[in-house]
Amino acid sequence: MLDKPMIAIDGVNKFYGIYKALDNVSLDIAAGEFFSLLGPSGCGKTTLLRSIAGFDTPTEGDIRIDGQSVIGVPPNRRPTNMVFQNYAIFPHLDVEENVAYGLKRLKLDAADERRRVTAALEQVRLGHLGKRRAHELSGGQRQRVALARALVMRPKVLLLDEPLSALDKKLREEMQVELRTLQRAVGITFILVTHDQYEALALSDRIAVMFGGRIAQVATPKEIYQRPNTRQVADFLGGMNFMKARVTNETATRISVETPRFGGVTVDKPLGFVARNGAATIGIRPERLRVLWDDARSDFEVAGKVVDRHYFGEITHLIVDIPGLEQPLSVSETNNFGADDIPVGDTVRLAYDPDALVAVAD
Amino acid sequence: MSGRHGIPKSRWLPAYVGLYLLFLYFPILLLPIFSFNNASTTTFPLAGFTTKWYVSLWGNSAMLEAARNSLIVGISVAILSTVLGICAARALTRYRFRGKKPATGLIMAPLFLPEIIVAVSLLMVLLQLGLELSLVTVILGQVIFCLPYAMSVLISGFDGFDRSLEEASLDLGETAIGTFRRVTLPVVAPAIVSSLLVSFTVSLDEFILAFFLSGTEPTLPVYIWGQLRFAAKLPGVLALGSLMLLISILLLTLSEIIRRRAEHRLRAQGAQHA
Repeated sequence: MLDKPMIAIDGVNKFYGIYKALDNVSLDIAAGEFFSLLGPSGCGKTTLLRSIAGFDTPTEGDIRIDGQSVIGVPPNRRPTNMVFQNYAIFPHLDVEENVAYGLKRLKLDAADERRRVTAALEQVRLGHLGKRRAHELSGGQRQRVALARALVMRPKVLLLDEPLSALDKKLREEMQVELRTLQRAVGITFILVTHDQYEALALSDRIAVMFGGRIAQVATPKEIYQRPNTRQVADFLGGMNFMKARVTNETATRISVETPRFGGVTVDKPLGFVARNGAATIGIRPERLRVLWDDARSDFEVAGKVVDRHYFGEITHLIVDIPGLEQPLSVSETNNFGADDIPVGDTVRLAYDPDALVAVAD
Repeated sequence: MSGRHGIPKSRWLPAYVGLYLLFLYFPILLLPIFSFNNASTTTFPLAGFTTKWYVSLWGNSAMLEAARNSLIVGISVAILSTVLGICAARALTRYRFRGKKPATGLIMAPLFLPEIIVAVSLLMVLLQLGLELSLVTVILGQVIFCLPYAMSVLISGFDGFDRSLEEASLDLGETAIGTFRRVTLPVVAPAIVSSLLVSFTVSLDEFILAFFLSGTEPTLPVYIWGQLRFAAKLPGVLALGSLMLLISILLLTLSEIIRRRAEHRLRAQGAQHA
């Protein structure tokens, strides 16, 4: 738990009838943090974001923004602003009027208002389009209007509801870089809702992965990718090879296992881990397995037969059947050395780093 | 030579289209032509240009009375149908509820019901209730018929209205009332204006209900019907008819322009959902 969090979510439950949209969610988000809520559709991430904004009210629990409880405070009195999934640009107003919309309530003098609108538009590089209407803008431009309109209010927290999902891939990648740069420049706490794991990994200081209304794991992108708590988290953030291993020793923080082909290893015990019939699930990411060419040797290697091959341009996925494993391993290999030319049916040797093996809770 | 979709173009097609349009519009075109003709019969050849039939309308107090009645009925019907239509269209476009489809069907059905049957039934009910026939009964009857027109215009206007626009306004610090004034109303205003114009036009031209329900206060179409018995009054009727035609076309064109502009704007907004 953080010392002085910008957002403190405390035991929040949300029911729709008997459907539990949020299940005992507790979370602290630091000031100035770029925080992502990541999960599949229906996992509760949008409900949580809308509860922070004030559009949804938790059935139970408390939400504090900068130390103040906001339960019962309507959206227009919260120090948050939101970028909506479809941007919600007011169609009857031009870009400048959209950005000035919230400022009108503040009754600033005309010059001050003008200055803030111009600055906000410059910030998102839209200074030249001030007089355009929403229907005359491209998707990326609308996105920027929505950002400027929210940022001009100088919120304590900016909420972003899948802001990039409507853009095509190329533009999405450009906007990701821009969002990150913008967040560093303004220093405001950003909370991003997304179902795109790459987006969350690329943008965030920390990520909360959600499934079925619960938070499965909160950690930095690197930690969450390399040390996923559960099989579900591991699977959601890119692929992972799983195998059953026999538990030989267990302490409070570590477990030792004997794997079918990867030898004996001692790994960190994930949160909520319970050994079932003395077995644990061990995982390794496909890119942590490397093809050994010609006479190359490694202290840690396994061998098997290539049963399938998928070409992805810069990389190739090899599906390698290792005798003794229930499931063939997926191996992600760059195409520098000719992995795309390995014939199906050939035997390959694979090197691995025992540190890459992780235990995950089922 | 072949058309865009590979269907062979025929030399006869333009002739067919010409005939088609002539059939649709030639009779209506005769109306203004004869209204400027310096003769009291509607026969060719034309006897020369005059505006005296139009001038004579101004001195005709019965006609002016009927025009006033039509205006009262038209404005009342436009406002009533639009207000009722706004409520229904908002419910139908925003909420999901049991019986939504049948409700929509029943509201739209008067468009296809035989008007004379409805007029007779209304007349029976009104007489049973002991109500006197007046402009009020015409207004009530016509609202039933104008509601479907108002609804179809309003539904297409509200369909594009995205709820997140109101949320965005609240999020930016505006109150609920301020949001209605600064976002909801301006965005749906074109549909509302369009609905008012359409229902007014439909009411202005409506005859059967007005004929059955108007009692001693005729609207313009009822007045015209009454005048047709006298051959001498025909040129005046033609002049009046031409004016009504012009007003109807202007109002409908205006409403369509407003509707399309609003739809274009909303479509551009809604496209982001895809």
